[in-house]
Amino acid sequence: MPEPHILLSVKDLHAHYGESHVLHGMTFDVPKGEVVTLLGRNGVGKTSTMRSVMGIVAKRAGSIRYGGVETIAMPSNKIARLGLAYCPEERGIFSSLSVRENMLLPPIIKPGGMPLEEVYQLFPRLLERANSQGTKLSGGEQQMLAIARILRTGAEMLLLDEPTEGLAPVIVQHIGEIIRELRKRGFTILLVEQNFHFAATVADRHYVVEHGQVIDMIPNEDLTANMDKLKTYLGV
Amino acid sequence: MMTILGIPVQALFGQLLLGLINGAFYAMLSLGLALIFGLLNIVNFSHGALYMMGAFVAWLLLNFLGMGYWTALIVTPVVVAIFGMIVERTMLRRLYKLDHLYGLLLTFGLALIIEGAFRQLYGISGMPYAVPKELQGGWNLGFMFLPIYRGWVVVASLVLCLGSWLLIEKTKLGSYLRAATENPSLVQAFGINVPMMVTLTYGFGVALAAIAGVLAAPIYSVNPLMGSNLIIVVFAVVVIGGMGSILGAVITGFMLGLVEGLTKVFYPEAASTVIFVVMAIVLMIKPAGLFGKRS
Repeated sequence: MPEPHILLSVKDLHAHYGESHVLHGMTFDVPKGEVVTLLGRNGVGKTSTMRSVMGIVAKRAGSIRYGGVETIAMPSNKIARLGLAYCPEERGIFSSLSVRENMLLPPIIKPGGMPLEEVYQLFPRLLERANSQGTKLSGGEQQMLAIARILRTGAEMLLLDEPTEGLAPVIVQHIGEIIRELRKRGFTILLVEQNFHFAATVADRHYVVEHGQVIDMIPNEDLTANMDKLKTYLGV
Repeated sequence: MMTILGIPVQALFGQLLLGLINGAFYAMLSLGLALIFGLLNIVNFSHGALYMMGAFVAWLLLNFLGMGYWTALIVTPVVVAIFGMIVERTMLRRLYKLDHLYGLLLTFGLALIIEGAFRQLYGISGMPYAVPKELQGGWNLGFMFLPIYRGWVVVASLVLCLGSWLLIEKTKLGSYLRAATENPSLVQAFGINVPMMVTLTYGFGVALAAIAGVLAAPIYSVNPLMGSNLIIVVFAVVVIGGMGSILGAVITGFMLGLVEGLTKVFYPEAASTVIFVVMAIVLMIKPAGLFGKRS
């Protein structure tokens, strides 16, 4: 049995896209209330890990336990209903839906989600643009919307896939503030990042991923001491 | 007698009414096709056969269970939709990830089997289905005679099409449907049972075809080939309107019915080809269709 404070426990996870084997035994834990990152170069399997945890990758094997429940064989709608919510790398804003419809799309899965008014307090811009077509928003606004719409569902754990990718520094900073605020409010967050400078400002611990495996774990407080090692891993 | 451009007014409006009725059927069928293509990625060639099944089920309900027109209008779409949903669950579901061609082949095969079965059982001469007594007779509008039943078909079709459009564009359920048409795996990852939604959507599209079949029974008589006569034109309508566009399918359906009717008045020889001429022209100018988005 996993320790009681571990919310998500991934063990020896393998995943395939068609013929290609993309995850080779990913193993990591996400403790409740922490912000945990998966760091690594492009194409090492970070996004595939998230998509496997959400059940979007059909061919997956090993063990993924959420709150003690084994989800490896569940369809993704059932997994979501356990309390996980996903913000994909490409943001997944629907062009045939208005901003408001995008916001209200993810169904409430549990009581205790953030009330809509509070979501709009965090993201006032989304209320102003509620009637626009979802994809007419700027890149930064679309990213905000993609995060905002999963806060009201009652999910306790958020999977954020590269929320800062391609955004201006000032917006990246704003997203950093939001992630810290969400952590304060008790959300558990699994974050995929390539930008470890950003990751260092929000996370409690970092897993380094290479070739579809976790090769190291670095607590955030030890990050500076391990900077050389990390730079070698990431090839920067 | 009054004439317009040398055509008697009576004949002109008579043909326009016929066109409007044909358009009503084109609209109901192409709406279902567009809905199914959007979400399931399936070009449902069995749509005509399911429309024919609708007419036959109504006829069977009347002749074997004594169920009248109004009851049939409710029961038939349910029965045919259940048949459709079984087909979706057992066969279509396996094809979503493959090329469109496979879905087209399977549904074309299904259409042949369904039609063949009814032809084997009932021949091709066609069975009469009486106009319900509440809708018999007609009104003299001065410029033309309007059979009540035909007016009812046009109104019923408009209400169904408008209702479906409102359901899809203005409701929460519709927003799930539109979102799942764009990105089904993300919608499912939000906790929505997309495979169930797909089955129900197919059932809904099939139910529309079946209702169209019941509405058609008193007009065209019940014939195993009634679907295959219609389906080619309906596909042209979907292509002209733009694959997957709901509103496009409805507007184009009615519009082309009228175009066909007008052609019958002014140049009857071209009446059966005019739609395909329109299709060729639209495809040259707007390959994605009048209401389609570029893919």
